[in-house]
This record gives sequence, C-alpha cells and structure tokens, in this order.
Amino acid sequence: MLDVKIPEGKLSEKWTHYKGHCKLVNPANKRNLEIIVVGTGLAGASAAASLGELGYQVKAFCFQDSPRRAHSIAAQGGINAAKNYQNDGDSVYRLFYDTIKGGDYRARESNVHRLAEVSTNIIDQCVAQGVPFAREYGGLLSNRSFGGTQVQRTFYAAGQTGQQLLIGAYQALERQIALGNVKMYNRHEMLDIVMVEDKARGIIARDLITGNLERHFGHAVLLCTGGYGNVFYLSTNAMGSNVTAAWKAHKKGAFFGNPCFTQIHPTCIPVSGDHQSKLTLMSESLRNDGRIWVPIKKEDSRKAKDIPETERDYYLERRYPAFGNLVPRDVASRAAKERCDAGYGVGTSKQAVYLDFTEAIIRYGKIEIGKKGLTTISESDIYKLGVDVVKEKYGNLFDMYQKITGDNPYEVPMRIYPAVHYTMGGLWVDYELMTSVKGLYCLGEANFSDHGANRLGASALMQGLADGYFVIPYTVGNYLADEIRTTNISTNHPAFAETEKKVNDRIEQLMQIKGTKSVESFHKRLGKIMWEKCGMARNAEGLKQAISEIQNLKKEFWNDVRIPGSIYEMNPELDKAGRVADFIELGELMCLDALTREESCGGHFREEFQTSDGETLRQDDKFMFVSNWEHKGEHEWELIKEELKYEEVKPSKRSYK
Amino acid sequence: MEQKSISLKLKVWKQKNSQTKGSFETHSMNDVSTEMSFLEMFDVLNEKLIQEGKEPIAFDHDCREGICGMCSMYINGRPHGPWHETTTCQLHMRAFNNGETIVVEPWRANAFPVIKDLIVDRTPFDRIIQAGGFISVNTGNAVDANSLPVEKSKADASFAAAACIGCGACVAACKNSSAMLFVSAKVTHLALIPQGDPERKTRALDMVAQMDKEGFGACTNTGACEAVCPKGISLENIARLNKEYLLAGLTSEL
Amino acid sequence: MNWSQLLRSSIGKKIVMSITGLFLVSFLVVHVGVNACIFNDLFDTNDNGDMFNRAADFMGSTVVIRIMEIGLFLGFIIHIYQGLALELQNRSKRKKGYDVQMGNRGSKWYSRSMGLLGTILLLFLILHWWHFWIPSRFTHSGLEVPVLLSNGRISHDMFLLMKVTFSEWWIVLVYVTGCISLAYHLLHGFESAFRTLGLHNSRYLVMVHKLGIGFSIIVPLIFALMPVSFKMGWIG
Repeated sequence: MLDVKIPEGKLSEKWTHYKGHCKLVNPANKRNLEIIVVGTGLAGASAAASLGELGYQVKAFCFQDSPRRAHSIAAQGGINAAKNYQNDGDSVYRLFYDTIKGGDYRARESNVHRLAEVSTNIIDQCVAQGVPFAREYGGLLSNRSFGGTQVQRTFYAAGQTGQQLLIGAYQALERQIALGNVKMYNRHEMLDIVMVEDKARGIIARDLITGNLERHFGHAVLLCTGGYGNVFYLSTNAMGSNVTAAWKAHKKGAFFGNPCFTQIHPTCIPVSGDHQSKLTLMSESLRNDGRIWVPIKKEDSRKAKDIPETERDYYLERRYPAFGNLVPRDVASRAAKERCDAGYGVGTSKQAVYLDFTEAIIRYGKIEIGKKGLTTISESDIYKLGVDVVKEKYGNLFDMYQKITGDNPYEVPMRIYPAVHYTMGGLWVDYELMTSVKGLYCLGEANFSDHGANRLGASALMQGLADGYFVIPYTVGNYLADEIRTTNISTNHPAFAETEKKVNDRIEQLMQIKGTKSVESFHKRLGKIMWEKCGMARNAEGLKQAISEIQNLKKEFWNDVRIPGSIYEMNPELDKAGRVADFIELGELMCLDALTREESCGGHFREEFQTSDGETLRQDDKFMFVSNWEHKGEHEWELIKEELKYEEVKPSKRSYK
Repeated sequence: MEQKSISLKLKVWKQKNSQTKGSFETHSMNDVSTEMSFLEMFDVLNEKLIQEGKEPIAFDHDCREGICGMCSMYINGRPHGPWHETTTCQLHMRAFNNGETIVVEPWRANAFPVIKDLIVDRTPFDRIIQAGGFISVNTGNAVDANSLPVEKSKADASFAAAACIGCGACVAACKNSSAMLFVSAKVTHLALIPQGDPERKTRALDMVAQMDKEGFGACTNTGACEAVCPKGISLENIARLNKEYLLAGLTSEL
Repeated sequence: MNWSQLLRSSIGKKIVMSITGLFLVSFLVVHVGVNACIFNDLFDTNDNGDMFNRAADFMGSTVVIRIMEIGLFLGFIIHIYQGLALELQNRSKRKKGYDVQMGNRGSKWYSRSMGLLGTILLLFLILHWWHFWIPSRFTHSGLEVPVLLSNGRISHDMFLLMKVTFSEWWIVLVYVTGCISLAYHLLHGFESAFRTLGLHNSRYLVMVHKLGIGFSIIVPLIFALMPVSFKMGWIG
C-alpha cells in the first residue's frame, strides 16, 4: 500500500543514482508550472527560493508579517555538517550513523543518509549567501560539539545560528520575489488543500488582515509549516506555530507519521505561574560547562549556596558516568522529571533542577590566572576572571535568563526544567518528500522523516535546509515532468468552490458558537491533558483517559467557545480558534499513537516498558515500523505501517552509562 | 526572585483598521504578577476583555524570546519599553511600579501605517531587502565554504550587524522616521565579507533608493535608534553605509 | 547614477549639508581669527583697533578673498536652503505623532534641534549682516570717518563700528544668544558631518568627537567675548 520509492542500489549511492535518473523539466516548461509553498522557515524559504531560481512560478505563504519571522529563527546552537574540517574522523557515514542511533532506530536509513550527504553543500551554500558563521583567527570556519556525537561538526553563529541561516534563506527568497519568480503572501494562512482528481492542485488561504478567503492554484503544493509542539500549550515554539496546514492535509488523505514522537528539551526556564504563555530554551551548549544537580535531602528549602557540596546530588554524573551532563536530550529530560517527581525539585514550584556554573567559572578563572601570569590573587578575583570567560561564551543566554527570572545566573545557579521543543512526528513522506497525497509534499519539521524517535541537537536546521535547497528541487521535478500537459486549472473549478465553501462554513460555525470560554482557556486545558498524560512519561491507562478527556474537550469547545469580533477584519482570536480546534483533534491522535506503540524509544517513554533502572526498553521485534495514521472520520483512524529495514546499521541498545 | 503583585493603569491605542481614526482606551489591571512578561500581561488583559464581551487588543508577537522581531510596542515613550537591549516580549513587569500608568502606542511613521490597534505594516522592510539586501548566488553555485578565509574581526563585525531582527524600533524612535539603522545593518553585514563584494556598490545605491521611495526620513545622527535597538546595532553602521553610498555614487557610471 | 540622483537622495542631501557645513566651519576659523585681532587692544594700549582694521582692510581689498566670498555666499545659501528643506521633509515623515515623547532618552536635545538652532542662527546672521557687512560693502553708514592705518593705507574704521554697535545692551545679548546657538549647532554638526561623510573607524570617531567639543566651545566663546568686551569696556 505504501510506496516509499527508495531508489535501488547501495545506501551510499541511492541519492546519486536518483539524481542521475529522475525526470527533468525543461526551462520553457518550468515557466508554465506553478508551485505553492506554505511556510517560510528554513525549509519553506529555501525551497521557494531554489524553485524560483529554477524558473518555476512560485507562490509562498506565511502567517507572519514577513517571511523572516518564521520560528526557525529562534534556533540557537548550530547546524551539523559532515565537513570534517577538524580532522577528527568525521564523515558522511558517521553523521548518518549518529543520526540513526540518536533517533533510537526509528528513522528511514535512505533519507538519513541523503541528509548526511547534502549536509556539506548546505554549509557551502550558506557561506556563499553571506551567513556570518563563527570563524577562527585564520579566517576559516569554527566548529563546536553537541550532544550525542564524538566529533566537532556543529557550525554556529554565536547563539543565533537559526536566525542567521533563516536570514540567508530569506534574502535568497526576497531576491526571487524582486525578480518576479516568487510571489509572496504575508499574513495569509492556509486553511485547506484543494484536490482535483486525487491530486493536490491548490489551497484555500485566508488573508489575515481582511478576513477574505482566497483560492490559489498550483501544480504542486509544498507544506513547510513546522512542528506541532504547541499542542502542549506551553512549549519553546512560537505563539503562532500550529498544525493547521498539516492537519488539513491529513484530513485530505495525507498520512500522519509517528505523531506521538515529541522531543522534550531538558534545559528550559521553568514555569513561573499560571500566566505563563511560552517556555524559553537555554541552549544545549550550556551543558558543556554547567553541572546539573538537586539536593540529596527531600524537600530541601535552603538556598542553593547554603547547600554544601556533600549534600548535592549530581544525578546525571551519578547515573551516566560515561556521558555525564552531556547525555542526549530525552535521557536528560527524563532524569530531571524523575528527581522532581521523587520530591527533590528546587525553586518555589519544586519543578526545577539546578544548572550550576560555579565550578566552570572557577576553572576558567584559574586558567586565566595561568595565562596572565598572576601570582597573588584572591578567590573573588579568580571568580571574577572566570565570570568574564563565561560571559564571553554564553553572555546572551545568561542575560536572557536574568531578564526572564530576575535572578543573576553568575551568582546563583540557573533553575531549569524540561519543556516541549520539537516534534519528530509529522506528515508521512516517501523518499521524494511526497505525502500519501499526489502532488502534496512536506518538508522540514512538518514531515516525520529523518529523526526517528529522538532528534540530535543541531540537526533540525540541517534537515530544513537539506529538504529545501537540495532535495525538493530534484524530486518535485520528477513529479512535475508528467504535469507539463496540465494547464492551469481555473480557480472557478468546482473543486475550489466546494473547498472554499467548507472552509467558510467552518469559520461561520466557529463564530456562531458565541459561548462563554476563550480560545486560550481551551488551549490551556488541552495542553495540561497532553503534558500530564502524553508528555515525558506515558502509560496505557493515562492515555486512555486522555483520549476521552480530549473528546469531551472537543465537544465543549464546539459548544462553548467565545470568539469576539467578526470574520471580515483582522481577528487574531478567530485565527487562534481554528488552530486550537485542529490541535484538539491532533491531541487525540497523538494519544492514540502513544497508546498503540507499546514500547519505549527515544522521546516516547511508556512506563510499562522500562528496564529495572528506569531506561527505555525498545521492542524491535514488534515495533520496528513507522506508525502512519489515515484519517477515516471523527475519532477514527487506520494504522498503516511502514516497516523499517536496516541494511547498514545494526540496531542495538542505546547506552550512555 | 520573589513574586509581587502590582496594580496598573493601562492606556492603550485602539484602532479598528487602517481606514478609521483610533483613540486611547484605558484599562485598570489588578494583581499583575511581577514575574509576568509584558505580553503575558496583555494576554491576561485580553482574557478579561473577552470574558466581559469586549474586543481584545490586537498586537504583533510570535517567538516571545526576543529574536523574531515581530513584537512592536511603544511603551511609555520608548520603543520596546524601559529596559536596555530588550524586545517587548522579553520585558517583564518587574520593570514597573505599583500604581503606575503605562501608555502603549503602535510604532508611528508614515511608512508603517497602523493595520489594527498596535499592529503596523512593516512590509517596506521586505521591499528594501528585495532592492539589494542579498548576495546573488543560486542554490548549487557555491564553492567550498573554507575556500575564502574571512578576517575574524570582519566576520565578527558582519555578524554583529546581521543580528538585526528587523523589528523597526529604530524607525519608531527616530524623529525623522529614518530606516537608516536597518538599511545600514544589512549593507554592513554584506559589505564586510568577501562574498558580498561583487554587488557592494549597487546594493548600497539600490537599498537607499528604495528606502527613500518607501517614505522614510533622512538620518541626522541623533543616535536615538542605537539607544533603543534591542540587538545593540551600532550607529557606526550608518557611517559605514554613508561611505559605501558615497563611494558607490561617485564611482558609478551614468 | 547621475549627479542629481546622487545629491537628491536622502544620503546625498546629508552629504551636501556636511560638505557645506564643514566649509562654513573653515570660514568660522578665518572669521574668528580676523576678529580676534581686536584683543590686541588688551596688550597694546596704543593699538586702538589698528591691528583689526588692518586685517579687515586686507580682507576687503584682496581680490582672491573677494572671489572666495562668492563661494562663501553659495555655501551659506545651500546650507540654509537644504537644511530647511530637510527639516520640513523629515518632519513630514510622521504625520501622527506619539502621545508620550521619548525626549532625551537616547539622544541629545540639540541633536534633535538642528533646524531650530539653524533658524536662530539665520535670524542672527541677517542682523549681523545688517550691522557690519552691508555698511562695510555698500552703505558705509557709521563708517563715514576714515582711519589711517599703521601700514599707511586709509580705510574704514570697522573697530569703531563694532564699538558703537556693541554699546547697546540688547545687541550684546542677541550676539551672545547667537553664539550659544552656534555652540550647540556645532556640538552636533561637527561630528555629524564627519559621520555623514562616512567616517566609521572608532579610533578617528573618538578623535573627531573630542575635536568637535573643543571647537564648539572655543570658537563661539571667542566670538561671544567680543561684544561682551566692548560693552564691559575691556577694550575700545
């Protein structure tokens, strides 16, 4: 049933083979082919720009006021590439292997290998576009290391790598807009896919300023709409990040792959109260120098400074002596939750652990003294010198922490807690990034393809740009080569009218509810259910409860939501209502997926499936597959499995002890 | 940090759309936690307004971690409020005192018309980038990333300029509504690295021409833009743009 | 790009302002140098303005300088016209203003008031021409009695004209006000001109900054001391 379209041949030659044999579209025909790109993050902007350069007529859509604001911009740490500039033994194969292993053997080998292959081109392309990566004194590019790897392959631009990469792609996109190859629709939201004869042929979009619905035709439609972490209400995602585009596609027949695979990032600033609207990440790079601990005594209410060294539990170093504070994200997050649940949490909420830089500050201070040849010097001077070094490395993150919490992290340890950060699941795509709907593609975080059950740090940027710059220009051509005889379908076609009517009816239905509770309050309640029952730890009973709670929440939403304002004006509450309605439906599917997957792997931790010391227990004989869900009706889905075959890598137990 | 509750009066600009005239609306807020961010305080207010059957206040925001550049409030006479190098979303209520009146206005400039309440249209910035704020390199054309070394100090200065988030606070603060800090940050970012060199002249000329066309004012070096820039973009970039522009203008062919 | 496109762009207009501004700064140096000759009276009791009158006579009778005067006039006209035009244009870029002003948080009041300071200077300049330049070139009113200079030439007694003019309190006050406006105008304008011409190296910017402060204090101060010294009877 599922045609994955993996090319023949050896793993390392598949992509080369594909590129050599895929169909091409000649330049004159490209001019007559229209492509719709929804979303302008790293995947969307790079795809729209690259396809515009090739000569296709591209229409790009984003809900923000400018394509430059997409949430890829918030990525801090870096982007991986198998350049081996450091001569430390890196290679395409190693990047491929690390990614497969990091994903706990739940990703498709062929896609991941292609990702590793094109990773080097990405760095070249970005540098040529003017992305100011960090450099050494000799003028060449600098690298740092990230979790889950033993080489230095991460390229970075201070703590703003995502911003710099997105601006590079945005500039390429704006250039194509100026050349007339891309038409940009800012402040527009895609609300449905238009299907003509079983192929995706366009979208219905809503102008968020006027509220008008618009019909747009395309020979192919690309969804580059990011992840759905906001289903948890509190996450590190932007406020506007949503699942709507992907969900509409899902309801039009696109399978949703591994929806329950969610990445919880271990180092985020903890929740400070009910008013909290989002969570802020503190980069993984901090774990290079920070030590994570909680008090040894339960419910210890002393200040961090007053707790002597002997009464501190550096639990990551204790449990995982080999990797210590640098264990992968899923492991670190679960360990923090375990300590807090057992009553060792710190801070007023007791839902936090310490990330302490004291030792690093003193260590750096002593190095500085050595460098400067100072002899008589007090402890406080050593500390001061060390603070300067730490400031240079992580200053912007420390400042951000201080602004949000009001605490000075140079003096008192940071308080951190895990938070939802990324969703590995997403629309199922084949090797060509096409969903199960013909002509409908999905790129970047929005698809399920490359990260399995857990994503390694600095790999999301790599995947977004790989898909947009180097994969889709080939694969979409392979499809469009057979579409050159399809003349533009008029937007007066009944399929457009019918889809638009459905979208319009739904909006009117939402506005007519005129209930008593705000959209936000429903979103918060959904988030609470998801976080408690489908979050870092899951069990069958909780998931069953969650499904029924979500079903009730859905009923309540459609009977009692209050949306102020009207349809034909700028109405952010109405925009949000549509998104939350989709999140509610997605939440149910995530719980169903988590319930069905009776094993623990990567970010998916089923309490019933753990080792005696609390580690994940994979069930390779039963669950070595991608769970794809086909939408059948309200609360109804059918599971379609894509078996994963490992030809190169032998799945083994991930151990960081 | 200990949590306090404060009461506030909020005077906020309300405007239905770009065609209508707006006015200020005043709201009283009690029990505002000092741990809230400024935008979370608006969330609470909007929740209250919705419960009361009133229209919530529309404002631009997205990432809420100070990097997307979407948030844009002119708070008590200063873009992004009282904290240095801080976006509106990173501003916290600790910055305010009990009983204080806070006046919140949209960015004001002819080039940034109000769309609704506190939301303005900043698409002129996109069009300025379209005029030349890029390096013309098609995907696949690039040489190896390490084939062109870049002096570290220049790479760092280029990065410092590229840190601009395009929020428009510089325009909002400038008495001339000039976009020079924004334009100069982009010109500097691309002028300091060798990859940007081939288009250096046309970039400066075309971006400034587009800036003028969009209706921004001229720069008079008052420095207000630099003072409010949440990313600390330096005024020296403007001087560099002047140099780039002058040299390009004097050496270009007719 | 042709010249008109270059000079009529927003940066081009500022370049015109900075070049003419710096030209006028160089004129100020000459002007203050020539006029400072009056202070010779403090050191030489027999001078009675002879040194100053000789300098004035030289400036008035040298062909090269008279030709340069035309350039000076052009400099003034362009600086004034462009300055006023820019001010009006810049003001028109924000039709709807703010309820709460930013004020001095981020910029100095005088950097925002160059138009106002310039206008005060223009009004002062008209008065100043009326007092000295027009009599010396055209009407000769107040200069009816010629003076014999120590170099043997016969010339107008500009020293006497100054003495008479600055005997009035209100005139002295207007001149001091003019000098204060000049000081603040320069305090921003001097450094700003260099920035507009593209000086961005922080080392030289610091230098120009300090030089600008020094210039803006010293030159207007010397100018202001002239009417004050006559009125107070320190000289003349």
